[in-house]
Amino acid sequence: MSDREPLFSPKNRRLITNPLGQDNPITVQVLGICSALAVTVKLKPSVVMALSVVAVMAIANVVISLMRKGIPNRIRIIVQLVVIAALVILVDQVLKAFVYDVSKQLSVFVGLIITNCIIMGRLEAFALANKPWPSLLDGLGNAAGYGMILIIVGFVRELFGAGTLWGYEIIPQSWFVSNGGFYVNNGMMILPPMALITVGIIIWIQRSRNKDLVDIS
Amino acid sequence: MKSLRKLVDKIKPNFEKGGKLHKLHSTFEAFETFMFVPNTTSKKGVHIHDVIDLKRTMGVVVLALIPALLFGMYNTGYQHFKSIGELANQGLFDLFLYGLWKVLPIVVVSYVSGLAVEFIFAQIRGHQVNEGFLVSGMLIPLVMPVDVPLWMVAISTVFAVVIGKEVFGGTGMNIFNPALLARAFLFFAYPSFMSGDKVWIAEKADAFSGATPLALGAMGEPQVNSTMDMVIGTIPGSVGETSVIAIGIGAIILLLTGIGSWRIMFSALLGGAAMGLLLNTFAVNPFMAIPWWQHLIMGGFAFGIVFMATDPVSGSQTNKGKYIYGFLIGFIAILIRVLNPAYPEGVMLAILFMNTFAPLIDFYVIEANMKKRMKRAKVSTNA
Repeated sequence: MSDREPLFSPKNRRLITNPLGQDNPITVQVLGICSALAVTVKLKPSVVMALSVVAVMAIANVVISLMRKGIPNRIRIIVQLVVIAALVILVDQVLKAFVYDVSKQLSVFVGLIITNCIIMGRLEAFALANKPWPSLLDGLGNAAGYGMILIIVGFVRELFGAGTLWGYEIIPQSWFVSNGGFYVNNGMMILPPMALITVGIIIWIQRSRNKDLVDIS
Repeated sequence: MKSLRKLVDKIKPNFEKGGKLHKLHSTFEAFETFMFVPNTTSKKGVHIHDVIDLKRTMGVVVLALIPALLFGMYNTGYQHFKSIGELANQGLFDLFLYGLWKVLPIVVVSYVSGLAVEFIFAQIRGHQVNEGFLVSGMLIPLVMPVDVPLWMVAISTVFAVVIGKEVFGGTGMNIFNPALLARAFLFFAYPSFMSGDKVWIAEKADAFSGATPLALGAMGEPQVNSTMDMVIGTIPGSVGETSVIAIGIGAIILLLTGIGSWRIMFSALLGGAAMGLLLNTFAVNPFMAIPWWQHLIMGGFAFGIVFMATDPVSGSQTNKGKYIYGFLIGFIAILIRVLNPAYPEGVMLAILFMNTFAPLIDFYVIEANMKKRMKRAKVSTNA
């Protein structure tokens, strides 16, 4: 076929880049907020969570896209849920096997990926109507956009809430009040409201740089 | 005065559009209007300008805060020398001077950090610098414990101004009272510096208990401070909150000038008293059995309802709404204070909580009024 699209045509590339910026699932569509608040106390769980969502979303998008012609319209939601649930259980088992401590920290939130609105949203909005390859890109892009915000929030919260990054000390021990210094960790960073405020600030910065996103209503 | 005006007029062109210092025009404007009442007049239609503009209003509130500030300084010295057992050797002036050295840095840090943020935002947005921070900058030091590290004051001030005010569009648009937000931020971010018995007295001797009457009450311990002490204010506590008399003077200034709403203050007192009485009736522990009127002079209750709850921006706007708003502040403040030992200072949380609900209260008050008038209109057409 001569009119065959190249794998990374501009249109396909936009499937990856849009969700990172002007169509970000968290900051623009405001989806998947609950897990963004819950798992971002430390950087490591945030990264693991981001990777889990990338895996689940990319594969689920491809699977649903492959099955899109065979799924009866009336039961499509339950079919999607079965696919996502199966993948989430797989991811959960992998996490338990290889990074047990993080898996314990994430606890129920890995399971709750099943109900993550971003995944359902992309399956409904994209995978059901597109071929596998664009679906894969779309899944990767959206999950990366989600993960990116998670990692930024996790970074800020661990740095100021615990003085560490990935468990390593960043703020020297000698600064702390208990060792005769002046510094104290910000206890509010560990509380979920601060994650909400951090996400809010990211949204604020993004919208003040990109006026297209400001909705006038 | 005239020469000052001349000087201002002389340098003014530099800041106007095209001038070489145009970038600093908001800064210039802020100082100009601070010194002189702006002589702008409306160009179209009939408008009446009151001489009391925002800057003058804020000035009065700051004036009303001065007694509490001065007493706070005195009390800082008083508590310090009492704790090290040298109270008898110090004159009144020494006490005050010690407090001045402790409190003044907090005031300066609060103003500098807050105004810096205000100026930056005004510059970016091309607005005028709003004078809302004049009051917040004075309120923040007054609700801090005297031993708070200065960098925490700076961080919480910046947080309060940015997240509490600028996010919503600046002065007059904020949902929450910025000064209270600063305190709430400190309270949750650095709890060890905002509660307990260490922080309320500057350079306290270790053996001396510096717990506030509220903290003692929450622990079920007997009162060590007499009622008289609490009214005068010679007890440990945040800088400006201890003296009911000093706050009372401020309240009188606010009420006489009509800047603070008597409806809010009155109904908040009523709400506090109501909750106090209710708790007295069902008292099962000593803290619940504290006479209801004592709650009104303990902790930050007086300060909160006089200076924080009456904030015209974050409070209710309608007259009926003000009664409801004030009453619930008093009611919830005592409720949190007594029934939740983790948060001895319920006033702060109660006011922030009711700030959230103020627009809702106004909405329903207006709806009810509309309904009433619709009914009246119907009756008159039927008749």
